[in-house]
Order: sequence, then structure tokens, then C-alpha cells
Amino acid sequence: MDIIIQALINGLLTGSYYGLAALGLTIIFGVIKVINFAHGSLLMVGMFAAYWMVRLTGWHPYAALIVVVPLLFLFGYALQGILIKPILEGQRDVREPTEVIIVTTGVWYILDNLALMIFGAEYRVVQTSITGQIFMLGDYIFPKAQLYGLITTAVTAGLVLWFLKYTKTGMSIRAASLDRDAASLMGINQYRVYNIAFGIGAMIAGIVGCVLIPFYYVFPTVGVIFDVKCFIIVVLGGLGSIPGALAGGVIVGLIESTFSQYMTSTWTELIVYVVFLAVLFIRPAGLFGEKRDW
Amino acid sequence: MPLLDIRKINCFYGDVQVIYDVSMYVEQGEIISLIGGNGAGKSTILRCISGLMRAGSGEILFENTPIQNSRPEKIVERGIIHVPEGRRLFSLMTVKENLMVGANNSRAYPQRNETIKDVYKLLPRLQERETQQAITLSGGEQQMVAIGRGMMARPKILMLDEPSLGLAPVLINEIFQTVRKIAEQGTTVLLVEQDVQNSLGLSDRGYVLENGKIAQEGTGRELLDNPSIREAYLGI
Repeated sequence: MDIIIQALINGLLTGSYYGLAALGLTIIFGVIKVINFAHGSLLMVGMFAAYWMVRLTGWHPYAALIVVVPLLFLFGYALQGILIKPILEGQRDVREPTEVIIVTTGVWYILDNLALMIFGAEYRVVQTSITGQIFMLGDYIFPKAQLYGLITTAVTAGLVLWFLKYTKTGMSIRAASLDRDAASLMGINQYRVYNIAFGIGAMIAGIVGCVLIPFYYVFPTVGVIFDVKCFIIVVLGGLGSIPGALAGGVIVGLIESTFSQYMTSTWTELIVYVVFLAVLFIRPAGLFGEKRDW
Repeated sequence: MPLLDIRKINCFYGDVQVIYDVSMYVEQGEIISLIGGNGAGKSTILRCISGLMRAGSGEILFENTPIQNSRPEKIVERGIIHVPEGRRLFSLMTVKENLMVGANNSRAYPQRNETIKDVYKLLPRLQERETQQAITLSGGEQQMVAIGRGMMARPKILMLDEPSLGLAPVLINEIFQTVRKIAEQGTTVLLVEQDVQNSLGLSDRGYVLENGKIAQEGTGRELLDNPSIREAYLGI
């Protein structure tokens, strides 16, 4: 019984940063209706930034957020504004232009290979001030770094929801995500809104990178692991749904942690996909897919 | 000098021409009807004015400034507000959020809290429905929100695309009453309609669009009395 509860705790902790990573992807999809294949690579950039900051300064890994958040926001903003916008403008009537997939895949390859050229292929781990530390609640273990990850997820998701619900820009983003043309007719510059939404998505990927650094190894193609997970989570939760991404992340985390008590991790992956297909069979639009909630 | 002056515009969807040399003008304070059957090109003209679509040739002047190459948000900024056909509300946002998004342009935004009071005075039902998601409203209420959202932008000219579409007769009446009130409060109105009787009855002048060309123009009364229009659109 204890083992199961501990496994559930681990699953929740892992699932929360899965969910946060998926949140970034789902926002970009929800607003711009494009799939960002470079999402994992942006996460990798965040990880390397945090990694070097900790290596060079020895500061708390979350101090890297000060650099990573604006850096990745601007990167996402520019990526959308410079590379993706011309495609969307050229194909106004196409809802999800395939060229965007090719462009973001290109960005993925460029970023991963740049990292490979600069940092080499080895797996790197860094000893941070919270690495390996734990927090006990009764008999249950909460690794500190992961617990901070959970808190970061809650705070980030809360801030994003607040931003979307109560600020002028946030309202414009929601309006444009629901009806592009009608938003234009309200005087909303849809491309500016897309830039901001992409910036937010990229920024979230960077935040996850900082969260991961105390307990996860970093290497140039680390993003691929998270790319695949994020796609599953986003579709499982319902494309474009924020609660869907968070819930989907936790579900995947829980499946992995509980089933790994009984089988190898290769098999738990299989279970994740089985659950994924089962959910889509019953609810093709995903768990939160039918009604959008922000 | 007219407020809005459209000079010989031609519009295309791909290679297909849908608007041929259309010229029309709207004076400050007028209610103008643009009527015609399905597919005549009425909505296309509005889309050109509001910048959702580019005219292939011709000029659109607003307050004597050419706007045919401006982006939609710049045109909104100038005070031309287009309430699109089929309402196009932000379905999962509340009524109040829809209205507030209407005040997005920099001219209207600082005054949004005053404007919303005026809009609630004009359309009291919206205040009752304030916190409801737009998707849960009836068709008539949705149209009210669409008009209210347009008014939130503090329009100099409000362009309404088939506001009566799909509504019960009693609601159609209410919508036309609202349009009349908006005009009385000083906003110029360009009304695109298939409800010829009601819209011409309300309008100072009207244009009849057939197959992308202006077939007739005149005062509302003249057009209503015109035998060919009576036959074609009113079935009398």
C-alpha cells in the first residue's frame, strides 16, 4: 500500500512537469492552430541555459528563470513573427498550413544540431543546491526539486490563466483563438497576438527546462523525449485545452509511476499508448476537447 | 464630402470576379441599405471596406483618406466597424467579455466602462446575460451581443451584415428598432439586408446589388415603390 501511495506521489510530481511542458504546446496550438515541432528543442535550450548558469555561478537553478523566461519568450515571438507569419499570411484560408510543420521541424533540427556542435553529444548532469534533497511527509518521500516543479507548474498555469482571463492582451488572444476574422474586425492585430502566444508557449518550455535541471540529464536531443510525451498529453487532454494539458500530464505521470512498480519502463510506455488510444476511442476530441474553457 | 466613398471597386475570389465597378457613398448620419439576393456580393463589399479582403482595383475613401490598402485593425481604429454575418461571437467568452473585446481599439479602450453603460442602455437584455457564455444565448440575443460589441468600438460608421438573418419576425422588429436608435444617437449605419421591406423602410437611401453590380439606387421610398424591386424582392 505504501509503495502504491509513494508511486502515486511520484506520478503526480512527474506528471506536473509533463503537464507544464504540454501546456506550452497546447497554447500555441489553441491560438494559432499550428503544431510546434520545435517545442522540445526550446525546452532543451532552457535546460542548457539553466545548466550553464548553475555550472558557472552555483546559484539556485531557478535563478536561471530570470534569463530563460525573457530569452525564450523573445525567441518564440521572433520565430512566429519572422518564420511562421509569412506562411499564415500567404495561406489565409488554410486553417493549419502544413508548411508550418516543416518550418518548425527545421527549427527543431537546427537547434538540436547547434547544441550538438557547441556542447557535444554527452549527457550532462549538474549538482544543484536542491539536487538529491528530499522532504518527508510521514513516511512518504517528496524529492525537493520535483516538489518545486509541482509548485512551478501550479504558479505558471495560474498566471497564464489569469493573464488570458483578465488582461487586455489575454482577452485578445482568447478572442483570436476563437474566431480570427471576428477578432480582426474588433481591431485586434492577429499576428501580434500570435507572436505573443508563441512567445508564451516557448517561455513555458524554457521554464520546464529550468525545473528539470536539478534532477534530469541534459543533452542536445533531450527535447525529443518531451516532444513525444507532449503530443500525447495534448491530444489526450484535448487540443488547445489548458486543464486538459495539466490533467493529461498527470495521467501520463501516474501511469508511468504506478505501472513501473510491476513492469519495465518499456512496458509502461506501452500502457501509456493503450490508455491514450482508449481515451481517443471513447472521446475523440480528448478529455477536455469538446468545450474550450479559457 | 461623403463619410465613406467607394469608387469603382472590383473584387475577385481567385480568378472569379464577384464585384464589378461598384460605386456608392454614405453621408454622415445616414442609414444606407445595401440589398440584394444571396450571392449578389453584398458581404464581399463589406469585407473590402473592413479590410478582410483587398479590392482588386478601385478606391475606398473614408473621411477623404484612401483605406483600401489598410489592415483591418487600422480600419477599425479609424472608426469603421463591421458586424459580420452570422454574428461571429467569441462563443466561449461571456457576454461582457465579448463586449469588452469590442472596445479593443485604442480610441475606444480608455472609455470602455462608459461605453458599456450606453450599450446596456441600448440593449438592456445584455446586462441580464452579462456573465453567460455567448454560445448559450438565443439567436436574437446573440445578434444583440454582436451589435453591442460593434458599438463598444465607438464606431463612426457601423456596418451590419444581415442582422435579421434567421430570426423570428418579432425579433427582427426589435433589431430594426435598435438600428434606428443607433442612427438616432448619431452613428452612421450601412445596413446589408435581404429583408428588403424593413431595411428600405428604415433607410435614407439604398442600393440594390445584382450579380456584383449596382442595379438600382435611390431613396428608401423610391426603391420600395419601384415595381421591379417589388416584384423581385417583395413578391408583390
